[in-house]
Amino acid sequence: MIRFLIRRILLGILVLWLITMAVFGLFFVAPNNVARTMAGRQATPQTVELIRERLGLDQPVWKQYLDFIWKALHGNLGYDYYYQLPVTHIMAQALPITLSLALGASVIWLIIGVTNGVLSAVYPRSFIDRGLTAFALFFYSFPSFLLGLVLLYFIYYKLTLSGLRWFPPGGYAPLSQGPGQWALHMILPWLTLALVLAATYTRLTRSSMLDVLGEDYVRTARSKGLSERRVVLRHGLRSALTPVVTQFGIDLGQLIGGVVVTETVFSLPGLGKTVIDAITRQDLPVIVGIVIFASAAVVTANILVDVAYALLDPRVRLH
Amino acid sequence: MSLLEIRDLEVSFNTPDGVVRAVRGLSFDLDRGKTLAIVGESGSGKSVSTQSLTGLSRGAHVTGSATFDGIDLLTADEHQLRGIRGARIGMIFQDPLSSLHPYYRVGWQIVEMIRAHDRSVSKRAARDRAAQLLSMVGIPHAKDRIGDFPHQFSGGMRQRVMIAMAMSVEPDLLIADEPTTALDVTVQAQVLAVMRKLQDEMGTAIILITHDLGVVAEMSDEIVVMYAGQVMERASRRDLFYRHHHPYTEGLLASLPAQGGKGTRLSPIKGTPPSSINPPDRCPFAPRCPYAFDKCWRENPLPRVVFGDPSHQSACWLSTDEATRREERARMVASKLSAEEPA
Ligand SMILES: Nc1ncnc2c1ncn2[C@@H]1O[C@H](COP(=O)(O)OP(=O)(O)O)[C@@H](O)[C@H]1O
Ligand code: SF4
Ligand SMILES: [Mg+2]
Repeated sequence: MIRFLIRRILLGILVLWLITMAVFGLFFVAPNNVARTMAGRQATPQTVELIRERLGLDQPVWKQYLDFIWKALHGNLGYDYYYQLPVTHIMAQALPITLSLALGASVIWLIIGVTNGVLSAVYPRSFIDRGLTAFALFFYSFPSFLLGLVLLYFIYYKLTLSGLRWFPPGGYAPLSQGPGQWALHMILPWLTLALVLAATYTRLTRSSMLDVLGEDYVRTARSKGLSERRVVLRHGLRSALTPVVTQFGIDLGQLIGGVVVTETVFSLPGLGKTVIDAITRQDLPVIVGIVIFASAAVVTANILVDVAYALLDPRVRLH
Repeated sequence: MSLLEIRDLEVSFNTPDGVVRAVRGLSFDLDRGKTLAIVGESGSGKSVSTQSLTGLSRGAHVTGSATFDGIDLLTADEHQLRGIRGARIGMIFQDPLSSLHPYYRVGWQIVEMIRAHDRSVSKRAARDRAAQLLSMVGIPHAKDRIGDFPHQFSGGMRQRVMIAMAMSVEPDLLIADEPTTALDVTVQAQVLAVMRKLQDEMGTAIILITHDLGVVAEMSDEIVVMYAGQVMERASRRDLFYRHHHPYTEGLLASLPAQGGKGTRLSPIKGTPPSSINPPDRCPFAPRCPYAFDKCWRENPLPRVVFGDPSHQSACWLSTDEATRREERARMVASKLSAEEPA
């Protein structure tokens, strides 16, 4: 187990390193005129050249890359091109927003997805099952930007028009303004993200649970005279959760790197929106910083999933 | 009154392919402390008939009657059944690895069983009892192994764990569904011995399901032979081995290694069991029966008393007179031998 973990971590570092190279490579292969853009329309070639020098863009690519890696290893991801703010600072501002979004939504989608999945599996082909399946398929096939806009339209716009100013149109309220304000700002983004994912988790839990309920050990649990509730939850769900937890780790890892669509629709300045803005402005240090962070989140999540898998299943743990 | 009285038990399932008639008319009595064996090929309805008694056959349509210690199992509600399952009717199954929960320690699984039926037992006392049971079924260092997971035991040891769990609350009846089928031949006898030992100590009645007549010879008082969901023959162990009536029983016995006759050659019954979807009205064994005659193809025989012994029943149109039946058998053997001669 320990050796396996070490191997996974080394592999993860390798992947991250390759990703930094790829991002750097892509940025310089693609035509880039960040200095021109910054200098403005009327700028003389001299001004542009000056800016290029200041940004270090006049150096050969390999030198820029080594410079970047060296600083990154010391916790310095550079400064953004436009305001000269440390990239780590920009990310530290955006991260709580993305975390609020991802973690809050994950609670909702896990509760909805697992509950619905279990109900569907316990009463297969019943009215409940069909209803929940229809519910899941509906949101499953809903693009999240559309769902976000629909929620905004009905829950924000329509309500506000009829005088009920319950929800803000978007933006973020930090927890320091009170949990109420925070939650109020987050609730539509949470739903946007959670409803789509809840659909996936409903399907996943249902099929996993259906498999498990057919297992011999579930029959044994019934033959012991346990209550049906205990049979389903303690014996059934306990095993059925393993693939759900795996999927959850992977999804959460991806979301923590930034939830581009939902953050954009609701003007939440999280990592996703920040990186999109940085891309349109060709702000390389910010792009690289966020991409590395997002990749690190995914890599870490995958390792944690393996650890969780071993913790959940004693047959894996003890080998 | 017997502990368990089954009358005309019928079990069917609605499937997309039609109605599966898994059990058609099963009747037997079982007294306390006795062992009844149900024998038959795979698919003959052995598991379904026993699992439907305690409501474990999901989606099954069950008719007839099953009275357990005065309680009608088939009309009992879920709450009543739950009190009977485990506490009064214990079960063990064919594959002990898949029948134990892979994620929980064996001690935990036994403690859960004990405390499900008696909340007043402390966790500690239940654990001690679990360890005691594990050592009763012959697991070495039981106290240390209580914290192990099922996959850390060998097949035979796992089945002992299942037995310990099923017997932990001293049920009146143990249903053992092919308890040795998945095990190595060498450990089969040990597992049977453990069952018999606990049976003697606790006075448990056992329904032993198997397709192996060798297992039956070890430890049953009465035997029910099933085929395609129907009872073919029902007799005491002695009668079944030495005075059987039914051609299917005859075929099963002929395929036993010890009875192979010349050398070790076995003669398994040729052909396969019929589908239990919409079975036609004829003897289900007719397509494979060497004795089959016209009546067999027209009418399905019901079990009837044979050889003048009320405890011996057979569902076959052949003569119920012992001497006549013996002559028929002799003629059959003779014609078989002459048919094999040229080869
Ligand atoms: N849930 C079910 N749905 C439909 N058919 C079933 C179901 N369970 C068992 N059967 C059918 O009932 C018959 C008897 O099965 P079973 O009792 O398991 O046989 P045995 O235990 O003798 O091998 C088989 O034909 C099987 O396919
Ligand atoms: S009834 Fe006929 S076919 Fe059926 S077992 Fe008896 S002899 Fe054979
Ligand atoms: Mg079976």
